[in-house]
Amino acid sequence: MSSVFEIIGPVMIGPSSSHTAGAARLGKMARYIFKEHIERVDLTLFGSFAKTYKGHGTDRALIGGLLGFDAEDERIRDAFKAAAKGNLQYQFIESAEEGGHPNEVRFDLYGKDDYHMTIVGRSLGGGRILVTNVNSLDVEISGEDYTILTFHHDCPGVIAAVTSLLGRAAVNISTMKVFRKRKHCEAVMLINTDSPVEACVMSEIQKNKDISSVMYFEPLEKAVTE
Amino acid sequence: MSYLYETLADLMHLSETHELPVWEIVIRAEMEATGESREAIEGEALRRVQIFKDSVVNGIEDRKRTLSGMSGGQAHILLEHTPRLLSPVAYKALTYAIAVNEANAKMFRVVACPTAGSCGVMPGCMCAVGEEFEMDDAAFLRGFFTGAGIGNVITNQACVAGAVGGCQAEVGSAAAMAAGAIVAMLEGNTKQVMNAVALCLKNVLGLVCDPVAGLVEVPCVKRNGVYAVHAFSAAEMAMAGLISQIPVDEVIDAMNRIGRALPSTLRETSEGGLATTETGRRIAAQLRDM
Repeated sequence: MSSVFEIIGPVMIGPSSSHTAGAARLGKMARYIFKEHIERVDLTLFGSFAKTYKGHGTDRALIGGLLGFDAEDERIRDAFKAAAKGNLQYQFIESAEEGGHPNEVRFDLYGKDDYHMTIVGRSLGGGRILVTNVNSLDVEISGEDYTILTFHHDCPGVIAAVTSLLGRAAVNISTMKVFRKRKHCEAVMLINTDSPVEACVMSEIQKNKDISSVMYFEPLEKAVTE
Repeated sequence: MSYLYETLADLMHLSETHELPVWEIVIRAEMEATGESREAIEGEALRRVQIFKDSVVNGIEDRKRTLSGMSGGQAHILLEHTPRLLSPVAYKALTYAIAVNEANAKMFRVVACPTAGSCGVMPGCMCAVGEEFEMDDAAFLRGFFTGAGIGNVITNQACVAGAVGGCQAEVGSAAAMAAGAIVAMLEGNTKQVMNAVALCLKNVLGLVCDPVAGLVEVPCVKRNGVYAVHAFSAAEMAMAGLISQIPVDEVIDAMNRIGRALPSTLRETSEGGLATTETGRRIAAQLRDM
C-alpha cells in the first residue's frame, strides 16, 4: 500500500513526471550539491532526454531546478527568462551516446574562480530521481532521505567510527552501502538515516583522518536552496 | 484494529465489516500507515482538489498552442459549442478533462492522477459532477479518497505506467478511479463503487500507448476527455444495479497480464501505432528540427 498522495500526486508542472517534474528535481539537486553560486552550466542530455527535451519542457524544468524552483513551481514555464534575469548562463548539448539510463543528464557547473563540479543524474519516473555520480565518483542520492556521503580511504575502522558516532547521536541508519575503486584505495560510504544529522556530528565525522571529505543532504523538498 | 488493504476485496470487506464507506476506510488506512492526523490528510487532499479546479480553469482560459503546436485551445472550442448528444454533466466532464490535459501540455500546475498523461480524467469527472450537483468539500473528499484507494490497489497489484502496461494502465486506471469517485460523490454504496471500477476497467483492456513524437499530447489530450465520459457510462451502469460478472480484482489482474503481453512498440516507446503513421512520423521529424 502506498500513500494516497503518491497515487493522486505528485503536484507538478506538466507535461511529464519523468521528463519535467524529475528534471526540475535533478536541477534542484545539482544546485544543492554544488552549494556555491552557479555562474554557468553545460547540460548534456542523453537518451530520451536528448530526443524529446524541447517538447517536454525538460530544458525549462532543469533550468528552473537550478534556479531553486520546486517541481510544482509555475515559474518553471518561464525559467529561461528567470535565468537571464539571474545571470545564469547555460547551454544544452544533445549527446548521441547512450547514457547509463534512458533519461539521464550531466551537469557541468561553474562558479566563481572557475570552481567546477560534474554531476550526473537520472529521472526514474513519477518525479523520482537518482544522482549517480559526483566528480567522477559513483554515488546514490535520491533527494528523498537524509543522506551522508563520505569519501574515504579504504581501511579497517572507518565504517565503525562513522556508525558509532551516529549511534551516539541517536541517529538511526535506514540503509547503507559502501563502494570502493580498489582494495585500500578511494572509497565512498553512503548512509541514509531516519532523522536529520546535526552539524556537530558531521564535523566529528569529518575529523576522522581517513576521511577526505563528507557531504550531507536533507530531503530535497525540505532543503532551502533558493 | 487495522484498516490497511491490498486488494479491492479487502476494501470491500473492511467497508462491510465496519459499516463504513470506502472513502472512510481509505482515510483511516492513510492515518494508520503514515501516522498523520485526519485533519492534515484531509487538508492536503483539499489542496489537491483545488489544484484540480485551477487546472480546469487554466486549460480553458489559456488558448495558446503547446510548444509542439499539436494541441491547445480545444477545451475552449468545446465550451463554445452546444452539445447535441451528451448530457450537460457528461459534456462538461469531456470538456474539463481535455482542459486539464491541455494545461498539463502547456506546463501549468497539475496533479498526476495517477500519472501526468492521465491527469485530466479524475479532475474532469469530479469537477463536472461537483458543479452540476452543487456539491461541497465533503463530496469532493469522498471522491478523492475513493479514487485514491482504487488507484492504490491498481498501482500495487498491477501497474499504472504506460511504459509497463500501455494506456489501459494509465488512462484506463484513471477512468476506473474516476468511475468509483463519482459513484462515491453521489453517495452510491460500496458494491456500486466496485462494480463501476470493474465495468470501467473491463472496457479499456488492451488500450495501447503510442504517443506521437513521444509527447503527452496526441492521442493523450482528447483521450482523457473520451475516457471521462467512459467513466460516466460505467458509473451509470453500476448505479442502475448492473454488476460485473468478473470480480474487480480479477479484472485488475487481467489488465496487468495484458499490459505485460503488449509488445514494447506499443508501450510508450513511440515505435508503433499512431506514432509511426505517415503523419505521426512527419510531425516527429518536424519537431526534431525545431
